[in-house]
Amino acid sequence: MTTSVSPHHVVVVGGGLAGLRAVEAARRAGFAGKLTLIGEETEPPYDRPPLSKEFLTDPAAAVPYYDGAAALTTELDVDMLLGDPATGLDVAEKVIMCGDRVVPYDSLLVATGVTARRIPGTDQLAGVHVLRTLSDARAIRAALDDGARSIVVVGAGFVGSEVASAARQRGLDVTIVEAQATLLTRSVGQSAGRALAALHARHDTDLRCGVTVERFEGGGRVEAVVLSDGSRISADLVVVGIGADPATEWLDGSGVPVDDGVVCDPTLRAADGVWAAGDVARWYSPDFERHIRVEHWTNAAEQAAHAMRNLLRPDAATPYRHIPYFWSDWYGQRIQFAGLPVGDPEVVSGAWDANAFVALYRDDDRLVGTLTLNRQGDIMKYRRLIAQRASWDEALEFAAKRQAALGAAC
Amino acid sequence: MKVVVDRSKCTALGNCETVKPDYFEVNDDGELVLLREDVPEAERAAVEEAIAACPTGALSLQE
Repeated sequence: MTTSVSPHHVVVVGGGLAGLRAVEAARRAGFAGKLTLIGEETEPPYDRPPLSKEFLTDPAAAVPYYDGAAALTTELDVDMLLGDPATGLDVAEKVIMCGDRVVPYDSLLVATGVTARRIPGTDQLAGVHVLRTLSDARAIRAALDDGARSIVVVGAGFVGSEVASAARQRGLDVTIVEAQATLLTRSVGQSAGRALAALHARHDTDLRCGVTVERFEGGGRVEAVVLSDGSRISADLVVVGIGADPATEWLDGSGVPVDDGVVCDPTLRAADGVWAAGDVARWYSPDFERHIRVEHWTNAAEQAAHAMRNLLRPDAATPYRHIPYFWSDWYGQRIQFAGLPVGDPEVVSGAWDANAFVALYRDDDRLVGTLTLNRQGDIMKYRRLIAQRASWDEALEFAAKRQAALGAAC
Repeated sequence: MKVVVDRSKCTALGNCETVKPDYFEVNDDGELVLLREDVPEAERAAVEEAIAACPTGALSLQE
């Protein structure tokens, strides 16, 4: 009895963290065949979280290339096709179109991530940026280094809020424009969104909710932003952080199922010989019994390795178990989230208006999520409870025990 | 073999704690505590997984 034959040629499309971890996992699993990595950018894989944090605050911060990036072509013997995006896929012929190349594959791992949304009509206006890639971050840092005085951040999501925080640290006047009445409602719920909004206020960032950008002023270079309430804000730098869309256009018409991401089964398989991982993958989560897609560092790293192991041994493929986790740093404060943000959370330690809190999210009788502010000792313990399918009552019991221990320590 | 924390890189994100809670714990002061340092050969793969899970590259193994 033999197991299924491993593919001869594995192609990973996507040159970010997921792509890197996928090819590393292939070699670690003993795959000795041909391994190709296709990346749209000319850069070797680099770390994104610092791009909205220390890379902006510290003019001397080095480019955060991954340590493993240098070993890709040497130790790992990966064919790197950098500088052109994949533009098409033919699953019948098993080929990927990429620039003027046609790249054949036996098995394919899609890790193309997401693309930052832009505001239409701003492409030709200097001083208006999104923040997703290293080249975006370099442009924003250059503007800060060149003495930008005032910045408007469009969108009060995590990226926008981190940019606002970095700009305040560099002494700029910062205004955030958010279309929703409360920021981050879909990511953390309304009460938590209000609590996080207060962080901006405490650090003199002018947060304006419930307004949109009407137009930009400036000939060739942005000078001001006019809002839907008629107000006008001078700005020599604008950063747009209004979300991102899965980079799946190249899969149009290929037959690979796409619905806000590449739709995968619990083993991360999307179609015959096609697997997906990272920000682009919407997989059926056995932990939450629904399809989910997350844009987090931790998921990209772990999911890519899992998808590759399954790709190499489809007959032994296992479901991907993962409780989403992300962090964000604003004004030196650490925000952490684990699980799913269902409904409005309840504070079980600290208070919404305090400098530290733990808040829990429930779905019926089950604990499904935890948000913490400056409570780093708590987050992973609750993440474990979520993985163990703890009930809401068990979660409250655990919270009471933690609270008693904290009280005793004071 | 020993697991080592580079304190200049660690920001106590806790990924290691999820993978290997018998080795790593972030305490209530927001600092990573090594519950054990010595890594027997049988545990090596699991500890390496925890090391790979670190977003800041703060963990390593020392012979």
